[in-house]
Amino acid sequence: METTSVRSKNLMYSNGQLTLLVILRMLIGWHFLYEGVVKLWNPNWSAGGYLLDSKGAFSGMFYAMAGDPGILKVVDFLNIWGLILIGLALILGLFTRLATVGGIILLAFYYLSHPALIGVDYALPTEGSYLIVNKNLIELFALAVLFVFPTGRIVGIDRLIALWRKKPQPEAVQENVKTKETISA
Amino acid sequence: MENNHQNKEEKRTIGRRDIVMGLAALPVLGAFWASASAKKKSDESLKESILKELNVEAAPPPTSGSMAGDPIGIGIIGFGIRGEQLLRAAGFATQEWKDRMKESALKNPKDTRLKDFMDQENLNIEVRGVCDVFDVRAQSAKDAGTREGKAPTVYAHYEEMLASPDIDAVIIATPDHWHAPMAIAALQAGKHVYVEKCMTHKIQETYDLYNAVKNTGKVLQVGHQHRQTQSFLTAQDIIKKNVLGHVSLIQTNTNRNSDNGAWQYHIHEKANPQTIDWQQFLGNAPVIPFNKEHFFRWRKWWAYGTGLTGDLLTHDYDRINCILQMGIPTSVMTSGGIYTHRDGREVPDVLQVVMEYPEYTSGTSQEPGKEKGMTFVYSATLGNQYNRQSLLMGHDATMELGNTLMVYADPRSTRYKDMLEAETINPGTPMYAYDPRSKGVDAVTGATAQYFANKGLMYTYRDGKRVDSTFLHIREWLSCIRHGGEPSCGIEEGFQEAISAHMSTLSYRFGRRIEWDPVNRVIKDLENIDLEAVGMV
Repeated sequence: METTSVRSKNLMYSNGQLTLLVILRMLIGWHFLYEGVVKLWNPNWSAGGYLLDSKGAFSGMFYAMAGDPGILKVVDFLNIWGLILIGLALILGLFTRLATVGGIILLAFYYLSHPALIGVDYALPTEGSYLIVNKNLIELFALAVLFVFPTGRIVGIDRLIALWRKKPQPEAVQENVKTKETISA
Repeated sequence: MENNHQNKEEKRTIGRRDIVMGLAALPVLGAFWASASAKKKSDESLKESILKELNVEAAPPPTSGSMAGDPIGIGIIGFGIRGEQLLRAAGFATQEWKDRMKESALKNPKDTRLKDFMDQENLNIEVRGVCDVFDVRAQSAKDAGTREGKAPTVYAHYEEMLASPDIDAVIIATPDHWHAPMAIAALQAGKHVYVEKCMTHKIQETYDLYNAVKNTGKVLQVGHQHRQTQSFLTAQDIIKKNVLGHVSLIQTNTNRNSDNGAWQYHIHEKANPQTIDWQQFLGNAPVIPFNKEHFFRWRKWWAYGTGLTGDLLTHDYDRINCILQMGIPTSVMTSGGIYTHRDGREVPDVLQVVMEYPEYTSGTSQEPGKEKGMTFVYSATLGNQYNRQSLLMGHDATMELGNTLMVYADPRSTRYKDMLEAETINPGTPMYAYDPRSKGVDAVTGATAQYFANKGLMYTYRDGKRVDSTFLHIREWLSCIRHGGEPSCGIEEGFQEAISAHMSTLSYRFGRRIEWDPVNRVIKDLENIDLEAVGMV
């Protein structure tokens, strides 16, 4: 068991665990990136319709976002670039923790705007049937898992940044110590 | 232990393994880019192949001219439901309405009616005269028209208002039987006229009003604000480019299922012979004693209203006439009855109007001469509100017409045979969708566009921004007054609308086919129809 493991902070990953965590991170990154890119490529895309379809306790806030053209422009911009940057960061393992938190916040907005409550139907999006749990919530918790099992400083640009910065504070330096030389990523 | 690791870290330099682990994701990004580009290319080539084939231009209508210069003095005659809406669209709302909207917006943040009203462009007009035979409404109109402490004059009789040199133009929103007498008098007094539909109540009035407009040269706009709906210009281009092929059938509908929709309007508690000038209300209608039901729910009686044909068929007829310019039908057959509101009314509440256009053709994709002629069907009930879309049904495609516009290829189309076989287009998905809310066009769309298609016709869009179409219609009228030009629903369109509606009414009331003589511009065989009996002289 100990023959193939890596260390991130005080966590020890087996090779299998590391591989699957990195794959999960990249899949979510891919999803974010494409959702952002598709909106960027469509000059007519706007979150307006989606926001106006909002229901539940927070719908007032989302209507307000859609109601003011100036605010809506900002919301559209932040959403598109948030998705793209978070997607890129998750794939590359760059500022991974920050990107993970950003992704969780975005998904929390999506979930709160369209909570899968009993007796609530939505026009958008049109796929799936859910009860309280929907895909946004699952993706949100998958990111939360990645937050507590970080991998960016093992596989990702964060590893290079950490080595390059070599800060004296112990907390700031990521430990990517191989316990055995047999590891092959 | 941690410190030991720390010390080790400090001594390390970036090695080959770190580079590999650090940049492990680059191939993933490469794969992402390759597949995303391929997907984009495939979507675009599909979209382009359809758009290229259809070649439809989604052009916004030209904006009407500047509102600068001297303010135009407006008089409003009739401040009932529609009159209040018209004055509001022109920029003047009652305090009562503003308070109500403020309260409503507080309860429902989605309700932006007050904000939309406040943000509306100033049309540089002054309401200088108001006239309503019901005192309560005359006072409301005065309240709405008051600006910066300057209140409009309340006239007891419309003729006094027309005699005033302060008034440049009048808005007429009275019961139908007053439309033509007031509009003609206004034109002859040198005023411009905005008149609600149905433009006239009687056949002869239609000719008289036509001549009055031609003789005075004043601007007349008929209140079909649908003409301002942006999607109709795109619809015109779709017809011009023969996207639909030969259109053989048009289906339009009214579906309402409420008492208000069936003209059971509220009877005001202050209504009595002292507050209502009953004689003036009656005008050319048969003299009967004071009757609140007749006053507030006048649409239910032929003496004042024009029923479904004048009130609602005219909207659908004009929407299609705006796109096809098919004009007055060769013949009309109407049938129906009073089936949903048996409350003593005279006008039918379920009605089917079938207009024939045997000579009309919108274009063809087949051998010349095979296709010619079209039927326009208007089907209405006031006892069901299932949403039936307006459809223009051609050999090659069907157009669904609303604020959003959808075109579906016909599975047996001649023009799209190859594209259907190649599955570039699919009859179940719109091959063309136009949503004026967005800045461009979107061919090959999905459920989102479908969802929005079913939204109302209250508003239209300019540069993606929601605008009240009645506001645009009034603005266009004012622009023509200021700068000249023809309004989009002027006397020619109004004449066609009114005659088509009257033919439909005659057919219903006499249970026979009514035909049009396009050369002499008269309804055929009119001398053998007892117009006197139905109050249409």
